Amino acid sequence: MVQVGTSRVKKGMAEMQKGGVIMDVVNAEQAKIAEAAGAVAVMALERVPSDIRAAGGVARMADLGIVEDVLKAVSIPVMAKARIGHFVEARVLESLGVDYLDESEVLTPADDLYHINKKEFTVPFVCGARDLGEALRRIGEGASMIRTKGEPGTGNIVEAVRHMRTMMSQIRKVQAMSYDELMAEAKNLGAPYELLEEVHKTGKLPVVNFAAGGVATPADAALMMQLGSDGVFVGSGIFKSENPEKFARAIVEATTHYTDYELIARVSKGLGTAMPGLEISKIREADRMQERGW
Amino acid sequence: MKIGVLALQGAVAEHLRMLEEAGAVAVPVKKVEELDDLDGLVIPGGESTAISKLMHKYGFMEAIRQFGEEKKPIFGTCAGAILLANQINGQDDFHLGLMDIKVERNAFGRQKESFEVHMPIAGVAADYPAVFIRAPYIMEVGEGGQVLAKYEDKIVVARNGHYLAAAFHPELTEDTRLHKFFLDMVKEYRS
Repeated sequence: MVQVGTSRVKKGMAEMQKGGVIMDVVNAEQAKIAEAAGAVAVMALERVPSDIRAAGGVARMADLGIVEDVLKAVSIPVMAKARIGHFVEARVLESLGVDYLDESEVLTPADDLYHINKKEFTVPFVCGARDLGEALRRIGEGASMIRTKGEPGTGNIVEAVRHMRTMMSQIRKVQAMSYDELMAEAKNLGAPYELLEEVHKTGKLPVVNFAAGGVATPADAALMMQLGSDGVFVGSGIFKSENPEKFARAIVEATTHYTDYELIARVSKGLGTAMPGLEISKIREADRMQERGW
Repeated sequence: MKIGVLALQGAVAEHLRMLEEAGAVAVPVKKVEELDDLDGLVIPGGESTAISKLMHKYGFMEAIRQFGEEKKPIFGTCAGAILLANQINGQDDFHLGLMDIKVERNAFGRQKESFEVHMPIAGVAADYPAVFIRAPYIMEVGEGGQVLAKYEDKIVVARNGHYLAAAFHPELTEDTRLHKFFLDMVKEYRS
């Protein structure tokens, strides 16, 4: 019997992205540059996160014309973002043939209590998380891939590092626990018990885990890989840098060879200026995207 | 028996685990010199355009062609099959061009059309769990090649001498029979 949209097919899609870089693009031309630079997928957006931050107001699903242009322009998978809880935006993007949906805190949440029931969809979802509990809640709702939230559009890696370190440390702790402690820990973390049990047995998340939210340089990408990321999302970091093509290629190479410091040095030379960065403490609490999601 | 898995991008860890379970010593290959003492090579699933760019950059195109010319077996899955092929439908160029097959990329549609199905593979299994993800298929197999499996009349597993190509992802299952079949090919060419 033929089955579409199974958990294995949806999670497997993310497995194929491992060791790669997924790049934010706002038009077909940028998508082609990303593909030529060796991106494993592109995220089609109306605005990159730093521009969303600058524009303020309500950020919604991208203009569908842009999404369609990008779908036509490249042969690699195309992702797109829907608002947290906005299952109609998600269904609309699925109907266009988008390969992966990001239920994303970068957009203004549409539901302040609930996320999308992602199990119902044929298309797989990626969701952001700051810790193990949040990651397992999203997986419990049907997410097939997790990424750190970081703080999008800042070019500041500190939050992504904090989120990845927190998750990895919690995973190690859960793995070392005795069975007796698991239920109390599930309550502690706000995580579904069965998924926590799986983490206890395997010592890893049940899905692929990427870094996102602040990656701006090849060294940032390599840092996140060494902290345990399976791959990297780069949002504003590429097309807000001085030389997007070079930056894109350099970040791809640094993600593949994340412990080869001579190579990272070589690809990092002469890149020009990275995207402008933002100090996290200068962002008002209400404007911090990572707080969105429940 | 030592088998390498090309580790530039994609489902590397899964192939390493399956090869170990099938009885081989399996190592990731990130640099060309790591090909030297291998008996066989797996090119995993991933994004073929991304893997191909990195192969060009680090000299893997010449090194793997030489590896293949020394009659050392190579197994390509999904993106790996595209990289092995000597013809890609709608494109003038190819990647490694080692295996005489013609492939069509993303031939079963986009991600939402991706699927799993049980199918027979000649000489391997009567009921093999095949996971197709934005998969290609093999349009033609060149002279001397064998078609090992078809799905809806499309060739999805083929062998030609010491090359093996699958359109789906055997590394995403717990079923090691196709990996064992590849290890038997490696044994055959070692002796």
